[in-house]
Amino acid sequence: MPAQMPPPWGDVVLWGLIATVLMDVILEAAQGLGFSRMSLPFLFGTFFTSNRSRATIVGFVAYLIGGWFFAFLYFLLFRSLNIYSWWFGMIAGAVHGIFLLATMLPLMPFIHPRMASEYHGVTMVRQLEPPGFMAVNYGYATPLWTLIAQTVYGGTLGLLAQLHLMVF
Amino acid sequence: MRIAPDEQFFAPPLPPANTLAIGDYALIGDCRTAALVSRHGSIDWLCLPHFSGPSIFAAILDPAAGHFSIRPTAPYRVRRRYTGNTPVLETIFETESGAVLIRDALIVLDGVTRLRPMRELVRIVQNLQGEVELEAEIDAKPDYARMPPRLRSHGALGWAVLSGNNIVFVQSDAPLEQHGGVLRSVFRAQEAGIRRFSLSFTHGDIAVLPPIAAAEHRVRETAAWWSNWSETCRYRGPYREAVLRSAITLKQLSYSLSGAIVAAPTTSLPETIGHDDTYDYRFCWLRDAGFTVEALTSLGFHDDAAEFLGWLLHSTRLTWPRLRVFYDVYGRDGSKEHTLSHYSGYRCSIPVRTGNQAGGQRQLDVYGHVVLAAEKYSAAGGKLGRAEARLLRGIGRTVCREWWKPDNGLWEIRGAKRHYTFSKLLCWVALDRLLKMGGDGRIALGSHGAQFASEREAIATAIESRGFNHGLQAYTGEFLGNRMDASLLLIPVLQYRTACDPRFTGTFDRITERLSRNGLIYRYETGYGAKQFAENSFGICTFWAVTALAAQGRHREAEELFRKALSCANDLLLFSEEINPDSGALTGNFPQGFTHVGLINAALALENPREAAR
Repeated sequence: MPAQMPPPWGDVVLWGLIATVLMDVILEAAQGLGFSRMSLPFLFGTFFTSNRSRATIVGFVAYLIGGWFFAFLYFLLFRSLNIYSWWFGMIAGAVHGIFLLATMLPLMPFIHPRMASEYHGVTMVRQLEPPGFMAVNYGYATPLWTLIAQTVYGGTLGLLAQLHLMVF
Repeated sequence: MRIAPDEQFFAPPLPPANTLAIGDYALIGDCRTAALVSRHGSIDWLCLPHFSGPSIFAAILDPAAGHFSIRPTAPYRVRRRYTGNTPVLETIFETESGAVLIRDALIVLDGVTRLRPMRELVRIVQNLQGEVELEAEIDAKPDYARMPPRLRSHGALGWAVLSGNNIVFVQSDAPLEQHGGVLRSVFRAQEAGIRRFSLSFTHGDIAVLPPIAAAEHRVRETAAWWSNWSETCRYRGPYREAVLRSAITLKQLSYSLSGAIVAAPTTSLPETIGHDDTYDYRFCWLRDAGFTVEALTSLGFHDDAAEFLGWLLHSTRLTWPRLRVFYDVYGRDGSKEHTLSHYSGYRCSIPVRTGNQAGGQRQLDVYGHVVLAAEKYSAAGGKLGRAEARLLRGIGRTVCREWWKPDNGLWEIRGAKRHYTFSKLLCWVALDRLLKMGGDGRIALGSHGAQFASEREAIATAIESRGFNHGLQAYTGEFLGNRMDASLLLIPVLQYRTACDPRFTGTFDRITERLSRNGLIYRYETGYGAKQFAENSFGICTFWAVTALAAQGRHREAEELFRKALSCANDLLLFSEEINPDSGALTGNFPQGFTHVGLINAALALENPREAAR
């Protein structure tokens, strides 16, 4: 996309929605089919409330907003390197996924107000099972499915940006 | 509340769990699943996440199939009871050096508005006197012990037992040590000490770990929930303790997420010890429906009756207008039978089965039971909507089409189909109650009324001409037969004939002559079914005889028989499916909802014999 061309922010909103929905479908399917017990919307939602039904809804909304937000970051990355391609999106998604699994999720017991830790045990407030390194506590296949979902997310954004460039 | 004293001292090592008496077990439940706790403090049966899910503890069927025991290391005496009108179990162990109380509960959870695990089992050990050394052993064997569990320490969080997409967290403030796949703890209960154990189960989701320090609070909340539920019971007669315990047992067998009520929480506890009559009862039999709704509404549990009827009418939609013999808690088919060949069975009674082939049978009586349930519910003030009326009319049309066909009958006799008198009787009941509900405007029958009326008469004619044996002066189990079937004790209750009608009194007399032993009633004569060996007496049949006696105005005899039947319950007033009439031993799946329904309805008949006679 030429630098003088205005960024298509409205389109990025739509791309972000599509990519987030795809990523969520993969993660929910992995959970529903028994490959993983991880639910990112539930983890996000319980940041805000201990009411399970509210947490699931709030978490899903937060997750969707997060997906949109990262879509803009991905687009800025594509634009800064002038690489609008599905394969580059997949690489970005995979790196993002590894960062999430190796760094963000293990940090959760220290930042999540309702998550227990293997050092401090369970309290009246902190009762959620921690994810552990690469989130393997939620099932040994969790890292694999998270990586697949993140890679599809990045790949979808890259592909949509690539198609946009071809059309315009 | 009675505590049955047991002066016998038990000294470890104990005999294997699958050789203990069935009556040695107590039931704890949370309206989602249930566990059996032995007199010796061992949980030897628990399926997760629901009744028909795979077991995690099944030592009652094989000593190596998992258990969770807590008991003194020294010889002990045992007493046990339930906490008030709840299924929270209290077991007291007394040793030479002291006494401890173990409180067991499956926690009733509100997992929607709060963070709670899917299921939680709590065991609290409280010192009562002196000092007692106890040993706890948790040998979790998920998925019917078909796969080796992965046991993993999670530091301060406790231990996790992983299997597939399931996780069971074990937490305790007693020190737990790993010995292979087993967690063990030897600890001393002394002074005012309390030790807590919690097993929390999660399937396919991030686990929630309930704080172990608040375990007593959760048990108290659970007991309060049950006490509150029990207060609804409006029976105030002389058998209130037994009636209420039966109601609590029925409630424990209900699945709160759908309203279904399973026949029993177990599989393969044999009807006859050492034989292969080992069936899976963790499903919802439609044959129980009418009498269950009657029991619930008569006791005042209208919400539970409404939930059950809702499940009944809506779960059967998948097969409507035909009905299956039973459905699982979600209304699915459970007729695919599997054998757990690695289990040695209860007292060598094999095979151990999951699923039940009887689901594929044709049983015409189920139509009558479902219509009867709807009629009882609406007669007690419940409203039937247009959708329910449509479902019921469809059932009526199926009865008109099929009543003349042979079937496998109420007792699910495998092999060739026959013309069972009781099946025809229940087809008559289905049409009779539909006409009754149509007649007083509870449902609209439309153009089907005339057809239902003429088919009802045709069924009655068939019963009278082929189901009644003039030589015996009695209705017989099958058309043109000469053997008796205890289900025909229900003739007056089903309002086919009055209790004083000579054709019924003759039937009653023949049944008691041929099917009674030591006062307890067999369901049919040996050789009548596919089995060529003598069964035990059938729990509910004795209660049906009580109801029939009360209906005939033979109140004293009815009371005596009722008390005789009650004396066969275990110390916690629980019944299994069958009772050995000589030894009084309980056999078959345990506890059996159908038997408890019979107990409730018999107690109500004793209270109101005129109603029973009607």
